Amino acid sequence: MSSAQFEIQLIASFVAIACAIPGTFLVLRKMAMISDAISHSILPGIVVGFFITQDLNSPLLILLAAVTGVITEVLVEYIQKTGLVKEDTAIGLVFPVLFSIGVIMIAKNANDVHLDIDAVLLGELAFAPFDRLFVSGVDIGPKSLWIIGSILIVTLVLLYAFFKELKLSTFDKGLAASLGFSPAIIHYGLMSISSITTVGAFDAVGAILVVALMIAPPASAYLLTKDLKKMLLLSACFGVFCAISGYWLAHWLDASIAGSITTMLGLLFLLVYLFAPSKGVIAVLYREKQQRTEVSLLTFLLHLKNHDEASERHVNHLNEHINWQKVRSKTVLDLALKNNMIEIENQVVSLTPKGDEFTTQAIDYIITNEDAQIEDMKEDFFLFRG
Amino acid sequence: MKQKTAVQVDDLTVAYNYKPVLWDIDLEIPEGVLMAIVGPNGAGKSTLIKAILGILKPIAGSVSIYGKPYEVQRKQVAYVPQKGSVDWDFPTTALDVVMMGTYGSLGWIKRPRQKEKKAALEALEKVGMLPFKNRQISQLSGGQQQRIFLARALVQDASIYFMDEPFQGVDATTEIAIINILKELRKAGKTVVVVHHDLQTVPEYFDWVTFLNVKKIATGPVKDIFNDDNLTKTYGINYKVSIQE
Repeated sequence: MSSAQFEIQLIASFVAIACAIPGTFLVLRKMAMISDAISHSILPGIVVGFFITQDLNSPLLILLAAVTGVITEVLVEYIQKTGLVKEDTAIGLVFPVLFSIGVIMIAKNANDVHLDIDAVLLGELAFAPFDRLFVSGVDIGPKSLWIIGSILIVTLVLLYAFFKELKLSTFDKGLAASLGFSPAIIHYGLMSISSITTVGAFDAVGAILVVALMIAPPASAYLLTKDLKKMLLLSACFGVFCAISGYWLAHWLDASIAGSITTMLGLLFLLVYLFAPSKGVIAVLYREKQQRTEVSLLTFLLHLKNHDEASERHVNHLNEHINWQKVRSKTVLDLALKNNMIEIENQVVSLTPKGDEFTTQAIDYIITNEDAQIEDMKEDFFLFRG
Repeated sequence: MKQKTAVQVDDLTVAYNYKPVLWDIDLEIPEGVLMAIVGPNGAGKSTLIKAILGILKPIAGSVSIYGKPYEVQRKQVAYVPQKGSVDWDFPTTALDVVMMGTYGSLGWIKRPRQKEKKAALEALEKVGMLPFKNRQISQLSGGQQQRIFLARALVQDASIYFMDEPFQGVDATTEIAIINILKELRKAGKTVVVVHHDLQTVPEYFDWVTFLNVKKIATGPVKDIFNDDNLTKTYGINYKVSIQE
């Protein structure tokens, strides 16, 4: 691995972490689309900054882009407040306008400036190591690395300082306001950081990948954890993993790095979506199947409880009495036997004391919907997991 | 014996998009009452609470808490928003939500420590939710979620409690548990203001009531003013409620 390769992966990883942090809060605030809007609408800010400084890495650029990002949000909210259109429509109205202003500005001055739409949309990570930062003649690494590194540090410091405020205002805006933590300040703070991160990452990975890095890792992490801190950590790890594996995918396919990283992000989400332990598609399907079986089990146990006469409880008659197919009857019978809830003597099924107690409790629960008494049963049976 | 005034609302008008939802409200809430705010949907009950708490900006009028503006009296006031106003799928635990009640006294940047955690655990105990402290909040029933919200307000250790429909969608056991805690608060000299929907339970649960329908209709002790006349004025239909005399 050459040093250029290492630097590219380092930049991509920094970008991934810097995106995952505001991204987590955007996802939780159901504002994922605003990152898409910001990533496009900061273009005029970048263009104006570039005209002034002639340098894609100037701090002024970042500042102007952040301002345009916040303007985007202000405009979206203003249009939404009129009550004439919904939020997603407002977003869809604002960012193309701002983006196209940027596009026209580039086109009008295309002869003079080195800035093209492709680079803005997709970035060019592969070239990042060539643009180096020199301090008194000494090469201290790629400029992009320093820019995104600084942004990452600022983001981490802000996250550490205002974690409590971010959590509170994301979860409960009303309480935050009543306790004196102005949700507006936190909101626009988050918007500013999202804008700054976006523009910092822009040069390296482009507008489209920024959105993917902000949304896909937190969306995946959301399916896996129930703890905000873990969600942040997991998002960052996912981002870095996709950044590095995406880089090598691009290397192998000889394709765009940004495109490959985004592909990895998509694959990652798909995997998590399918295989997440409790919220994943497969887990949900499995749980539904289990629940069906357990409802059947309860029905069966209740039947046994309600009937003393042996004829009702004879193995051969159970099929017709409860009107089930053979396979299902066998699954249920096995499940009941495994849990020592029934015993079979001379082909006649009867409830054990444990089965009898279980049935009573379960029926009680279903009727009263009181949680307390079945706390311990929840471990064994999906049915009671709400 | 003249009671102290806990909350004073003067000429309060709040509008959404230039349409007044609260119109020229004058309201005095005496210290130590357990008060219900009743009124039809869209009467501005929640809006009144939010305006008192500075969550909404009124277009006219003023609010004072023990004679001073809300901004300097935040620590005297606890707020329980409507349960439906937050996303219960948020990745956090019951204990963590209750801890949020301590954020106000901590102020910006400072983090909760052992002292705050202890207070939160005590509040959870009070509402009977201690066994569920590490439960993810989406795994709680509606009644349990409401108890968590109540615990979060208790942990603020305020003098005045505002609650927005705490009985919405909770089971009977929780409703009784909550009202008992509210009555205890009143016994301890706290002022409790509750947006309430179930008119039948007003005389049983509360000692003070405010009728609201964009304008204030009446406010006072339940035994004096909770009558068909005021109910009719508030709800606009000929209202008969059977009160045990």
